[in-house]
Amino acid sequence: MENIRNQTKNFFLRILNIPFAFLMHAIDLIMWPIQKIIGVRNMPYIFLLPNLIFFGLFVIIPLVANFFFSLSSGDELLFAERELPTTKQYDQLFDCESYLNPNTCTEDFFWRGVYNTIFFVVFQVGLMIFFSVLTAVILNKKIIGRGFFRSVFFFPVLLSPVVVGLIWQWILLKNGAFNAIIESYGGDKVSFLTDPSWAMASVIFVSIWAHMGFYTLIVLAGLQAIPPNLYEAAEMDGTSRERIFFRITLPLLMPNLLVVFILASIKGVQTFDEIYVLTGGGPGTSTSLIVQYIFTTGFASSGSVQNFGLAAAASMVLGVVLLFLTLMQLYFSRNKESKHQEI
Amino acid sequence: MSETASRIIKIATKKRYKNKYHWTDYFSYFYLFLGVFLMFGPVVWLGLSSLKTLAGIQEYPPTILPLSQIQVDVEGYDKPLPIFNVTQEDGSVKQLAQIKRIGINAKMVDPLNPGETVKVPIDKREKIREFKIQWENYVDPLRKYDFLLYFKNSTFITVVATIITLIINSMAAYALSIYEFRGKNFALVFVIGTLLIPLTIILVPVFYVVANFGMINSLWGVILPGAATPTGVFLLRQYMLTLPRELIEAARMDHASEWAIYWRVVLPLSIPAIAVLAIFSIMWRWNDFLWPLIVLSKSEVYTLQIGLNAFHGELTSQWNYVLSMTMVTLLPIAIIFAYLQKFITTGIASTGMK
Repeated sequence: MENIRNQTKNFFLRILNIPFAFLMHAIDLIMWPIQKIIGVRNMPYIFLLPNLIFFGLFVIIPLVANFFFSLSSGDELLFAERELPTTKQYDQLFDCESYLNPNTCTEDFFWRGVYNTIFFVVFQVGLMIFFSVLTAVILNKKIIGRGFFRSVFFFPVLLSPVVVGLIWQWILLKNGAFNAIIESYGGDKVSFLTDPSWAMASVIFVSIWAHMGFYTLIVLAGLQAIPPNLYEAAEMDGTSRERIFFRITLPLLMPNLLVVFILASIKGVQTFDEIYVLTGGGPGTSTSLIVQYIFTTGFASSGSVQNFGLAAAASMVLGVVLLFLTLMQLYFSRNKESKHQEI
Repeated sequence: MSETASRIIKIATKKRYKNKYHWTDYFSYFYLFLGVFLMFGPVVWLGLSSLKTLAGIQEYPPTILPLSQIQVDVEGYDKPLPIFNVTQEDGSVKQLAQIKRIGINAKMVDPLNPGETVKVPIDKREKIREFKIQWENYVDPLRKYDFLLYFKNSTFITVVATIITLIINSMAAYALSIYEFRGKNFALVFVIGTLLIPLTIILVPVFYVVANFGMINSLWGVILPGAATPTGVFLLRQYMLTLPRELIEAARMDHASEWAIYWRVVLPLSIPAIAVLAIFSIMWRWNDFLWPLIVLSKSEVYTLQIGLNAFHGELTSQWNYVLSMTMVTLLPIAIIFAYLQKFITTGIASTGMK
């Protein structure tokens, strides 16, 4: 039986292999003369070329072009038809009487986005790390059905933002399942997504729901890297479990948590899609973050003029924040590696 | 002797203490079951509700299973009427069909005697339900709306983009792992550098580049910008570094061309890493939202994600179709996850990326 299954599997793999092999042979007809001309030593450049072209076209050139977009004004996408150079975009973006009060800014939408993003990231990242560690510690214990529970917590990570947004929008409706549960326990109905004071909390909750599994997995990997003999030694000494957690697990997990913290912040600052589907940034602007501002200013063509320059300038601001976070990550992960090497 | 004995007893009692249930054990199981309810519940709830009729979905408080109210045709009425069990004044129960609800009363008719209508207070009636699965929720949107087309577009993007990603990333990884050449470190730094630049901060200029190629509202405009992934190059390179160099030397001795070494020796040996990248790529592409949202604005090129979002935006009341199509959107990924769970989780744990 096993044999037959393997044979059929091999058969299908071979059939799949035919077009692949054909393609590869065809490419070899071009590659062979090239190799003859430029020599084996120069072949790696040929292999690198396609990837570098893609990176160049879609990352490096855009990165440079972003500067020019942010320093030019006009409604056209083509550089020839844009006014250049001008700091108009940055002037407009930073035109505030008081930076603490978004209402006094010309671009109040941007500054609300900035403050919403800060609020969102602080609570989302903080709570997410708390629950990830809690879940990972529990999943790291000897429990029945560990594999099952692990995949349950991880499952939402694979769902698309649209799916996540629609599922929760529907559950959090005024006449939705969540309110039905609240009412059955004697509570009052809540407009989770249309009440400005609840919308942000709902968005943070849904975002944690969707991404927690990913960070749980990373923390779990960190927990499993802690040498078990430390625990054995502590148990020999009759140390209480609480003490073991705070004196062994948590300190040894710290470098790992730092990386998780920065990784989650980098992702958190860029949050857009789930919120876009869930609330559309509303009600009003109460859940719109920076990327939502960039998207709306640059691309959402609902009546208003698309302002590419302003969107590019806002991207630059976001880029600076991300650069800072990334440098922090590099610094800490290097520290972590060198520590490991010392051990 | 007695000392040894006491020691043995000590060890034995310690063992027993270790096996005792601590409060954290109870808490763990409580937390895990709460977790199953919170994490799995919404998706199960979505699956069950996608099989309900529109009336069943809008019912409040909702029923868990797809139960719908029985309806009958009554002579003299155009639409089928819902049936209720009505408690009469003398305590007997009678089946009546509801014509209309007026405030706290309902105007009802006996299906066996359609001439007479009666007024019944609404708290005296109770719905009669039957178990009914509404497969039309799945069939209708595929026939009446363009979801089949969206599904095709999404599949095309996912398959083509994954193939391109695998080929060009494995080529770059091959160059960066097998060869020593001038500028190798520069190329490595270059690749790391692109890892630090997420799409969100270069949205406008990437749109500009794509527009210059005339790829707005084309599926290629979605496929190409993300085809070269630094994550993929690194994943494959780390794996290829572990391959024995002797194999490559031997192939060279046999006058194999460098390209032949790449696809006949190195690629087949790197299948595990390629499989991980393939799964990631499929996941990224199928779930992608922000970039397709910017590039695709005509409905004939919508992906499933964009189409679903747009459909929901236009017809907010059609929750029955939205729920069933949400199910269709998440199903391929759920199936892949069920089969390749180990691959995905170890892949994420070892690369720290998703």
